[in-house]
Amino acid sequence: MTTITDPQKQDGFRLSMLINDTRYRSLTFQGIALLALIVAIAYLGNNLMTNLRTAGLNISFEFLGTPAGYDINQTLIDYNSQSTNLRAAWVGVINTLLVAFLACATATIFGVIAGVLRLSPNWVVRKLMALYVEIFRNVPVLIWIIIIYTIVTVVLPGPRGYLGEDPEREMLLGMFAFTNRGVYVPAPISEAGSAVVVAVFIASVIGIFAYRRYATKLLYDTGKLLPVGWPSLAILIVPTVLVYYIMGQPISLDMPDPLANRFNLKGGLQIGAPLIALWFALSIYTGAFIAENVRAGILAVSKGQTEAAAALGLRPRRIMGLVILPQALRVIIPPLISNYLNITKNSSLAIAVGYADITATLGGITLNQTGRAIECVLLLMLFYLVISLLISAGMNVYNNAMKLKER
Amino acid sequence: MSDTHSESVAYVRESFIEEQPAPITAAGPFKWVKDNLFPTWLNGLLTIVALYIIYQLLAGFLPWFLGGVWTTGSLAECREVLQGEVGACFSVLTDRWHQLLFGFTYPSEFYWRPTLAFVLLFVALAPVLFFDLPRKMLIFTGLYPFIAFWLIWGGTIFAPLSALLGFVVGYLVYEKFVKSSFAAGFFGGIVAAIVIWTVGGWLIPENASENAMLTAVPSRDLGGFMLNMMLGITCVSLSLPLGIALALGRQSHLPLVKWICVVFIEFVRGVPLITLLFVANVMLAYFFPPGSGVDLFLRVVIMITMFASAYIAEVIRGGLAALPKGQYEAGDSLGLDYPQAMRLIILPQALKISIPGIVNVAVGLFKDTTLVSIISMFDLVGMIRGPILASTDWNGVYWELFLFASALFFVVCYGISQYSQWLERRLETDHR
Repeated sequence: MTTITDPQKQDGFRLSMLINDTRYRSLTFQGIALLALIVAIAYLGNNLMTNLRTAGLNISFEFLGTPAGYDINQTLIDYNSQSTNLRAAWVGVINTLLVAFLACATATIFGVIAGVLRLSPNWVVRKLMALYVEIFRNVPVLIWIIIIYTIVTVVLPGPRGYLGEDPEREMLLGMFAFTNRGVYVPAPISEAGSAVVVAVFIASVIGIFAYRRYATKLLYDTGKLLPVGWPSLAILIVPTVLVYYIMGQPISLDMPDPLANRFNLKGGLQIGAPLIALWFALSIYTGAFIAENVRAGILAVSKGQTEAAAALGLRPRRIMGLVILPQALRVIIPPLISNYLNITKNSSLAIAVGYADITATLGGITLNQTGRAIECVLLLMLFYLVISLLISAGMNVYNNAMKLKER
Repeated sequence: MSDTHSESVAYVRESFIEEQPAPITAAGPFKWVKDNLFPTWLNGLLTIVALYIIYQLLAGFLPWFLGGVWTTGSLAECREVLQGEVGACFSVLTDRWHQLLFGFTYPSEFYWRPTLAFVLLFVALAPVLFFDLPRKMLIFTGLYPFIAFWLIWGGTIFAPLSALLGFVVGYLVYEKFVKSSFAAGFFGGIVAAIVIWTVGGWLIPENASENAMLTAVPSRDLGGFMLNMMLGITCVSLSLPLGIALALGRQSHLPLVKWICVVFIEFVRGVPLITLLFVANVMLAYFFPPGSGVDLFLRVVIMITMFASAYIAEVIRGGLAALPKGQYEAGDSLGLDYPQAMRLIILPQALKISIPGIVNVAVGLFKDTTLVSIISMFDLVGMIRGPILASTDWNGVYWELFLFASALFFVVCYGISQYSQWLERRLETDHR
């Protein structure tokens, strides 16, 4: 009997076993796959080398150290046309992260509002939100970016309308000017001591979390319910305001000044039209997707949960906070994070409206000026790959933490 | 006692009251309005705000839309006709209709060819989309790619014919050998097809396209919405088999195969499509043998197909993971080998589960075909931003063109997603 169940070891290894024996067949297949991979890479690499030699090119990253020679109108770090290409790429990286961050924040707000309103008992609101979601989901984001860019640059007035002693248009609250070159907002100016104010502000934000944690712990340990809302607000505002006045008001606002210049607004912070267009288009487009996730998440919590919580005597706000939201969030957050990833990747469409993100600097102007196509595109891909891997890693950590803990 | 009782108790009624209609607040449109528009004060306020927004939108849009001018030759003439009144200048659509659809270099005398290909597309897609139709129609679906290729690009008919012949011979070889071993059939089929194509390439003379029945049109002359449709349909259909292979590879027990698939999928999903299009535009040509002259359209198709197949692979992987383990074990216990189990048991069910996801990817991909305008191909968006808005006649006609482009994409994408929802309901009823 053993001869049937046991493999015949005494015969040793025969070549035919590479095909007929399941133990070795996987080796055969992997050998073939490896061979195919090596052949393919060698073929492509050989073609690449031949073509590069014919074109008289080589692979070199020296261009990153040479002056870029072009200007970027919206930068968060010091940059001029004599800075290196690497510096220009950094400006692009920071601009990408900036627009991605802004768009993620506003897209979440749009999405949550629209998703909740889609479940409203109100017929008109429900249909209006469904219309919003369908219209924005079914038209390419590139078209939305171009449409909103056109609205900003064509429909909004030039900055001249705001200039002079007696302007045609009033700035909103005397602070915000909406022009076809972008939106002018007050810029914060920090003097000596401002770091203390910022530090106190950050400390009070941490303090709020500590306080909430303490309140929850107290509730679970003793059943005593501390108020959370007003104390949080107090912790947020009071120390910061106190320190602000103690330090002698180190942070002030630089308003856009309509009188300083005859042709343009001076002062303040100019948020350029491309950034506005990209930011708004990405958030409203992705907001429509997030709205669907939020709706699905809320619908995923069965009605019995609400009823059970009500039967336990919880009030509606606590039902939402303690029973529905924790369960809905488990459904909402993973697709939400992949939507954030989409925003980051879609921000590469900045090149269509001339916003200087990494695709427009490294993959656009630098590539065209230096002709280093392969190097630029590889670096560009590497950057996006790192960002996506970081975000997916974060998502995995979150998923593991949030996994249903079953016993 | 009883006597006084019957006299004094007034509420014992001896006859039925006539049936009354429900109060106006509890039935009919009034109740609907009350329940759906004004259930609470806050909600009522919301309704009024929403109605005001709708009113504002319509008040801005309708006069502009209905007052549109359709027949002038330039924006200046439009303004003359409108004389300061609000109205759209839709003349740009009628004037540049063919450019919007076919691009600005496609020879105008051949517009009937893509149009015919577009009409035939519905015939080819019908049996795929609606499986109540006779299965014989699938034969036409199989022929369609070659017909459409010939109609749009023109040139010698022998090129698509030899391609078709390669597929047919490959399939016959596969059928012959698959009985004994799947691998033999599969690889035998591929080898046979490649042999036929190579021989076909030798046999077709170099100048066959010069006096062909349909004049050849080079790829760079394609444009407009036709380009979006072609890229979308080609890439989705090519990426389906690739996606299935990648998904199976990622599920595989062979570590090397698995890691190749994982690296490919994660790499492609991690970068934006626009960087892949940059690769197609400036880099991919270096990877082909010198002098092969692969044109931009084909390079873009290759990159978008790679992009779509990674996403489709993830969707199908979800479908594979959703199948109960018993299905895999059932296949094993029936004595089926891996290809048989996959073909007969696992994939039909997994693909069925994945259909909504695949449709989502297809819609997303179709929208993303507009990105080719960034690498200066003149698709619908490229046409609008390039030749049309830059022309002196139509410089400044933004909204009409954008409305048209959005409407086209909306109709197609919304249609597909509605179809997918119908299919989901349909498959669900089949399942139970």
